[in-house]
Amino acid sequence: MTVQLDRPVPGDSPGTGGPVRLPWRSRLHAWEGRSAPYLYVTPFFLVFAAFGLFPLVYTAFISLHRYKLGSRMSWIGFDNYVWLFTNGAFYNSLWKTITIGVLSTVPQLMLALGLAHLLNYRLRGRTFLRVAMLMPYATSVAAATLVFALIFGRDAGIINGLLGLVGIDPVDWRNGDWTAQIAISVIVIWRWTGYNALIYLAGMQSISSDLYEAAALDGANRWQQFRHVTLPGLRPTILFTIVVSTIGASQLFGEPLLFGGGQANGGPVGQYQTLGLFMYQQGWQFGQLGRAATVAWVTFLLIIGLVLLNTRLSKLRGGADR
Amino acid sequence: MSAPAAAAPAPASQQGARAATGPEQGHLAAIRRALPRHRGRPQDAAGLTTYVVLGVVALLFLAPFGYMLVAASRPMAEMNTFPPPLLPGPDLWKNIATAVRQQNIGLALGNSLIVSGIITASTALFCTLAGYAFAKLRFRGRDLLFGVTLGTMMIPPSLSVVPLYSIMADLGLAGSLSSVVLPSLVAAFGVFFMRQYLSSALPDELLEAARMDGATALRTFWSVVLPIARPGMAVLGMLTFMTAWNDFFWPVITLNSTNPTVQVALNNLGSGYVPDTAVIMAGTLVGTLPVLVVFVVLGRQIVGGIISGAVKG
Repeated sequence: MTVQLDRPVPGDSPGTGGPVRLPWRSRLHAWEGRSAPYLYVTPFFLVFAAFGLFPLVYTAFISLHRYKLGSRMSWIGFDNYVWLFTNGAFYNSLWKTITIGVLSTVPQLMLALGLAHLLNYRLRGRTFLRVAMLMPYATSVAAATLVFALIFGRDAGIINGLLGLVGIDPVDWRNGDWTAQIAISVIVIWRWTGYNALIYLAGMQSISSDLYEAAALDGANRWQQFRHVTLPGLRPTILFTIVVSTIGASQLFGEPLLFGGGQANGGPVGQYQTLGLFMYQQGWQFGQLGRAATVAWVTFLLIIGLVLLNTRLSKLRGGADR
Repeated sequence: MSAPAAAAPAPASQQGARAATGPEQGHLAAIRRALPRHRGRPQDAAGLTTYVVLGVVALLFLAPFGYMLVAASRPMAEMNTFPPPLLPGPDLWKNIATAVRQQNIGLALGNSLIVSGIITASTALFCTLAGYAFAKLRFRGRDLLFGVTLGTMMIPPSLSVVPLYSIMADLGLAGSLSSVVLPSLVAAFGVFFMRQYLSSALPDELLEAARMDGATALRTFWSVVLPIARPGMAVLGMLTFMTAWNDFFWPVITLNSTNPTVQVALNNLGSGYVPDTAVIMAGTLVGTLPVLVVFVVLGRQIVGGIISGAVKG
């Protein structure tokens, strides 16, 4: 502390006789010290502005234009939005995004919570287990979906084989409505549960063990400890994973695309056409980039709304608990 | 200089605390012994049930990889039986060769290596630079800039796809590897990660000492910050490499099948009318293996990185 106070600060050294006496070298040094932080952040912000921030604004701009693949943009005001909000396929894909989102996110986070609880014990083979749980996370969407498309195959799929053991007739996973959504959700759950379990585990390990001891002294059993110590302690972490999973669910694209064999229609009647797939279909199958931009922008606004709602709800619930 | 002085009181106060709580500790221990074992507490040894459940879950997580390998190495007719064969068959190399021939898998592997390599190197360097500035330096607008960085971490990838497509077409880069590399040269997450890492790993005293020795800012970064940042950069690098290797949405849009990355090749493999699923699985296996090998070898560090990134997030 004291050392910091009387150290010479490069850049402003008023008591040393004024700038005239400073040799050019140390003035250069001082200038370098002051400008260095900006130099450090410049490369990041240059790329970031060009390919992160600018597209954000540009998407909104494009959404106000008729813009076909390979031609120029022409201003059409809010026509694309009118088209979107009067389009049944949009509402279908919005609804499918929500149902697949719920089907994949809720079981995923609950499983992850349970897994994290188990992983928090003193375990032999801890590293092996953690790495095993993360292997699906390291697998690409494309690879995972191609494998699960086989596993969920109608005639030769292993799932139907297992169901046959308990006397259930083969399910046509891909062509059914809910069945296709469940299959896609399973892919998401497989890929992300282990990752979320590790995030929860990290949160659990930062909860002080004194709290558990105090709860135990008060006679709280295992479940009560989980309910009254672990869960409240994890609240910020849980909120974080909910937000991240919500955004992820709104972006589902590769899974429904490849589960349908590369078709952007999301099944014969669009039973698993997500918003991401709908946008891809508009932009790169029908060549309507302006409409695709409109879908992207509306999706983004929906996400912002959802995240804000999430945060608000969890604050309300936090207040009610106390 | 000040480090030993600051460190000195700590052990003393710890000893003091220990001495003071000595009798109480015995008391607490007695209560603890009298209580039924509260198994829910962290760091208790796991029971048999826990091992069984975790074992089953691990099996479920790993089984698809086994299925991938078996399906890639046998004729489809054999996979149609139930229960399916559990061991790899003889056709693996033949199927891999077919997949490589049909979908440019060899070229795709090379392209993915180039793309992911460049993205990893540039993310590690630029995000460390920015992360260091945000963690340890004071400058006007710092909090605002960092806030902007954090806020955009949550921007979904689909939002920028249409404009990126238009920008790349204008730059004449459509379909090129550069169009995949450019948007991913830096990542907001990387800045956040390195800032967290450096604010705890890099002692102020070291920067102090470098300053007193008259080191220039760049020299300080090169000889003081970088060596300390290296373990964090390694973890960030691994996570970035994995993300870049697996990136799907944008590469599928901008690249075509003549010059694909691995994920684009897999997309073509799964979208084309390749009737032979064994070939599809062989391609999938080849495209997944590099990341999985990295993951198995360095898994411990990656897990540590995700956990340490999460705690502070």
